[in-house]
Amino acid sequence: MKTVTRMSGQSGLEGELSDSLAVEPKRKKAGFWKVFKQQKYLYMMSIPFVLLVIIFNYLPLWGWSMAFQSYKPGIPFWEQEWVGFQHFIQLFSDERFYLVLRNTLAMSLMSLAIGFVFPILFAVLLNEVRLSIFKRTVQTITYLPHFVSWVVVAGIVTKMLSIDGGIINELLIGLGIVDKPVQFMAKGEYFWSIVVVSDLWKEMGWNAIIFLAAIAGIDPQLYEAAKVDGAGRWRRIWHVTLPGIRPTILVLLILSIGHLTSIGFEKQFLLGNSLVVDYSEVLDLYALNYGIGLGRFSYGTAIGIFNSVVSIILLFLANGIFKRFGNQSVM
Amino acid sequence: MFKTFSRQKQYDTMFDIGNYLFLTIIMIVTLYPFLNVLAISLNQSLDTVRGGIYIWPRQFTFENYLEIFKYDDLITGFVNSASRTVIGTILGVLSSAMVAFTLSRADFQGRKAISTIIVLTMYFSGGLIPGYMLIRDLGMINTFWVYLIPGMVNAFNIIIVRSFMDGLPYSLQESAKIDGANDFTIFWRIILPLCKPVLATVALFVAVGHWNSWFDTYLYNSQNPALTTLQYELMKILQNTSMGSVNANDMRGMTQDQASQFVSPESIKMAITVVTVVPILAVYPFVQKYFVQGMTIGAVKS
Repeated sequence: MKTVTRMSGQSGLEGELSDSLAVEPKRKKAGFWKVFKQQKYLYMMSIPFVLLVIIFNYLPLWGWSMAFQSYKPGIPFWEQEWVGFQHFIQLFSDERFYLVLRNTLAMSLMSLAIGFVFPILFAVLLNEVRLSIFKRTVQTITYLPHFVSWVVVAGIVTKMLSIDGGIINELLIGLGIVDKPVQFMAKGEYFWSIVVVSDLWKEMGWNAIIFLAAIAGIDPQLYEAAKVDGAGRWRRIWHVTLPGIRPTILVLLILSIGHLTSIGFEKQFLLGNSLVVDYSEVLDLYALNYGIGLGRFSYGTAIGIFNSVVSIILLFLANGIFKRFGNQSVM
Repeated sequence: MFKTFSRQKQYDTMFDIGNYLFLTIIMIVTLYPFLNVLAISLNQSLDTVRGGIYIWPRQFTFENYLEIFKYDDLITGFVNSASRTVIGTILGVLSSAMVAFTLSRADFQGRKAISTIIVLTMYFSGGLIPGYMLIRDLGMINTFWVYLIPGMVNAFNIIIVRSFMDGLPYSLQESAKIDGANDFTIFWRIILPLCKPVLATVALFVAVGHWNSWFDTYLYNSQNPALTTLQYELMKILQNTSMGSVNANDMRGMTQDQASQFVSPESIKMAITVVTVVPILAVYPFVQKYFVQGMTIGAVKS
């Protein structure tokens, strides 16, 4: 605990915290310390956790300085050698980096297109079900994969796609689509699709929750009015349901675009193997391999910074575009 | 007029049939892999190699499950996963509830600053390497603490609990205050019991997160077999045999006792998978109605 307090002091963020706290009492001149004393239990219940947040969420930002140093572990900060943008220049001149960036963007965009449209479609169709027991059963079952770890899902996917007895290959052969089993897990060109479809399988039901909630919030009178006007199921979906959830769709779309480059690496790590590495390696894995695997901490941090900066730019870009054209924004 | 109306009706019926069919297919696609894994785990392993096991075992047996007990690392992993899930969930839920309570109090003077500090964490992250270096500098590598402390306070969970607390009438707190209760007593005696539904939701999220996590073991504690987790062991076993030949002796995490050459790793892998999935299956349907609520609040607020 001693180390903890020392480190948070170093960051200067603690200072920032008490600064912003000090702003409050200026308004109510009741006296900061008097109120502080009255609310001592509230402080005791929040400050320890705020300190944890500062240490584990804000302090790592301090580590970004490593990207501009030739960082060597065990040397004090002020004795580290500063190298400016050297690591970034090296990063941008690495051919592997562009391959990894391609993989990251390809899988993100595919996930965005497929993983975004299907939950909406699913929610809309589920909403049309009148039989409530059927609806609840579908929901309970489709939420299930969300709660299962990627380790298990990767195992299941590998099993379903295996060449000896995998159900997918058996179906493909049974239907006469292929003559002999396809080696799905060993072919790079299939990898992106496998990741995107596994993700869809795992998260579709779960991601539909928010859209179902949005649909539930639509005024039933609108449906009645559409019915009176002679609109069938499709027309009601098209003219009432979809416009009704448009704000929800746009907000979630903006957030997804902001997360384009931070798609995580679990799926790629667990589903990938040495045969498909040219298709499976994403920015985070690349950072992990270099940064921790090879001990090149500075280089790994530079990759991470690149990732974050691109995310932020994309988030603001998406936000700006939708603000202009859709009157919708998250910020 | 009547004709078009009936055609409309016919059309709607067709839509319904198509819709029910489609959703049924989705259910089958979601469930089949789980049933398949279960069937294989309950089938005699040599028989499994012959293929053709779908959703029902052909030669029923529990031997694959008994086999798991021969792997010491798996037992250690199970104990560690269970411990971190229990302790981590208690810590996570209590901390979220406490912070949420202070943030739901309009009169709390630190409210704005603390709220900002916590909400901002949802929009950025320091990245893998700086995070790793921090844990290393704090001396948390190869300790059990690394499972509990860094992820304990979670902005998303705090927001969910807080939205729920915002909906409780403040008069409850006021009357308690008049009776002389301090803020902590109000939280513990009055607010917390009223928050059971939302706390159940958060507890589920936190517990599932702990139970399913493997990457922290891989990154921080892979040098120390005593701190291994179930998911990490499963990961090693699945990764090692996912490619090429299935050779039991290649498998890390297995003890030397390979006497049982009749049990193929395939069946054991499936049995271990079932063991890791069942605890979650046993819990989540009961909390479903709460978490749907919780998810919605959280997403709307953020």
